[in-house]
Amino acid sequence: MSTIVLLLITGLGLGALYFLVASGLSLIYGLMGVLNFAHGSFLTIGAFIGWEVALRLSDGSWWALAAAMLTGAVVGALVAAATEFFLIRRLYNRHIEQVLVTVGLALASVALFEGIWGTDPTYVTSPSWLGQTTEILGARIPNNRFMLIVVAVLVLVSIVLFLKFTRYGLIIRAGVENRLMVTALGIDVRRAFTLVFAIGGAAAGLGGVLASIYYGYVSAHIGGSLLIFAFIVTVIGGLGSLAGAAIASVLVAVLQQFANFYLGGTGDLAVVLALAAVLLLRPRGLLGAKA
Amino acid sequence: MSPRQINQAIWARPVTKIAASAALVLLMLLLPLLNISIPGVFPGPTYTPGTLQLLAYAMLIGALALSYHLLFGLAGMLSFGHALFFAAGAYGLGIVLRNFSPSWLPTGATFVVAVLITVLIGFVLAALVGSVSLRVTGISFAMVTLAFAQAGSVVVRRNPGGQTGGEEGLTLDVSHVPDALVGVLNTRNLYWLSLAVLVTVYLVVLWVEKSRAGHVVAATRENELRVRVIGIRPYFVRLLIFSIAGALAALAGAAFLLLQSGVSPRVATPDFTLTLLVIVVLGGVGLRWGAVLGAIVYTLLDQRLTALAGSEFIAGLPDPLRIPLSQPLFILGTLFILVVLFLPGGLAGLTKRSGRPHRPSSRTRERMLEVEEL
Repeated sequence: MSTIVLLLITGLGLGALYFLVASGLSLIYGLMGVLNFAHGSFLTIGAFIGWEVALRLSDGSWWALAAAMLTGAVVGALVAAATEFFLIRRLYNRHIEQVLVTVGLALASVALFEGIWGTDPTYVTSPSWLGQTTEILGARIPNNRFMLIVVAVLVLVSIVLFLKFTRYGLIIRAGVENRLMVTALGIDVRRAFTLVFAIGGAAAGLGGVLASIYYGYVSAHIGGSLLIFAFIVTVIGGLGSLAGAAIASVLVAVLQQFANFYLGGTGDLAVVLALAAVLLLRPRGLLGAKA
Repeated sequence: MSPRQINQAIWARPVTKIAASAALVLLMLLLPLLNISIPGVFPGPTYTPGTLQLLAYAMLIGALALSYHLLFGLAGMLSFGHALFFAAGAYGLGIVLRNFSPSWLPTGATFVVAVLITVLIGFVLAALVGSVSLRVTGISFAMVTLAFAQAGSVVVRRNPGGQTGGEEGLTLDVSHVPDALVGVLNTRNLYWLSLAVLVTVYLVVLWVEKSRAGHVVAATRENELRVRVIGIRPYFVRLLIFSIAGALAALAGAAFLLLQSGVSPRVATPDFTLTLLVIVVLGGVGLRWGAVLGAIVYTLLDQRLTALAGSEFIAGLPDPLRIPLSQPLFILGTLFILVVLFLPGGLAGLTKRSGRPHRPSSRTRERMLEVEEL
């Protein structure tokens, strides 16, 4: 019983990380049809700069952590908005070229991060409470899992509120439904593009700081490894669906944890098999709008 | 020009093309016997093992890029999992050579059978992966192939049954390999083998492109709906092309194992496929020799930039210049972005701009796409 609780909550924590990456990917794809390979780099740079700030302030306090998270989100948002403005916008409606540009950006940025911060992982110090465990139903659960879950839920709720109750949210939702119609009504959708990139980048940058707490270190490849699972999550959840991404994040991460524990460390393979099964039974994903 | 002259011009082109290709292949064949030094491009004169090794490596990457061209250039399928089949070829041949030694076959025949088995493995694996991932198209297809490649990479690193060697990689077991293909002294033979692989792959790709299946996938790339309306189901033709590309990649992988006398898990990573994509786009999408050119330029650049990164000159520069310049991938990635933004035809497009078939300008295309979305 205690093992199952532990695996479930750890899975939820990992799912929270996946969601922070996948939410941006899914929104960007839904509105603009861009598959963003550079999303992992937004996460990595958010994590690195976030921790640089935390180190400068005072290592290991809650204030430093909050500053790191805020910085990570802001840096992620700025880098993402700049990417959209300088690279993606020039290739409007040429989806393959847009993917290629983000691929190039991902390759170049990872190399640059390796040049600046080295190839070895940088270990981070977080508040001591996060390193301790709490006992629930006999399971000793690392406290950082709770923080991951809380932050991801907050991000989900705020994105949903933003989409439902603000004017820009309305434009984004309408743009996902029918971009041409929104343009025809005299609304500049391109501003919404930059905004969506910034939101996705902020979630990814925040996710970067949290991922470094989860793993205990930052490295230039932290974003790339999470990105692949985020891709799987977005396909299983249905491209462009935020709710689908949330559900699929949890399902994928929990499945991964259970397969790792009970089936001899085959979590990654189980996830790919799940992806294959979903595609065979329901090619558009769990909550995808169209094939 | 009179109609007769035009007619002649049309017929003259393929012959000159064939003659030029033959001359190029002949030059490549003779290269190990010549003493040509191009400082800054090759590490030494062309007959030295170091240069031959580099050129052979570039040609195998060229063969791999050609097989990727079948997917991306011809069929328009953006796959992020092609490295899987290359790795299947390299690891497959290594594992088959270690475990397959029937006493009734002479060594040479065992080797040939092992290579054939490896290519078959590539074909079957591609057929399996393709049968699932081709159920979706476009961006979803890209992500699904990426997931399969990731799974392959995980399997290789896990070292199942002690077969793949995990992080250290696999070393070639030479007991069944012909002596002429083993050792630094025989780099020449490996070079010729790589050239043979490249030419074979080129001819197969050419044959596939001119075949009925090639025409159908090219039509599907341009407009899938119209192909469906005619009554053709694109799924099986796409699957066939995907499997052939997998088999060709496995062949290149098998030669890669022989050339490097081993293989590391790096070739199974999704990053390796991304490199391949960079090569094909750099050379020019949709052109066979563009893929080969891209591979050779990329490999030589990568090698030279790595040498440059370790040089005294770079080490003496201030940080903001030193850090980017000491990362070859940073320079190559930036170059790639610039090519995508400003040179849509790639390197081949530079020379072929006038000879290419007419394509609508980007603005017209944009408008057409907008209309299609309606």
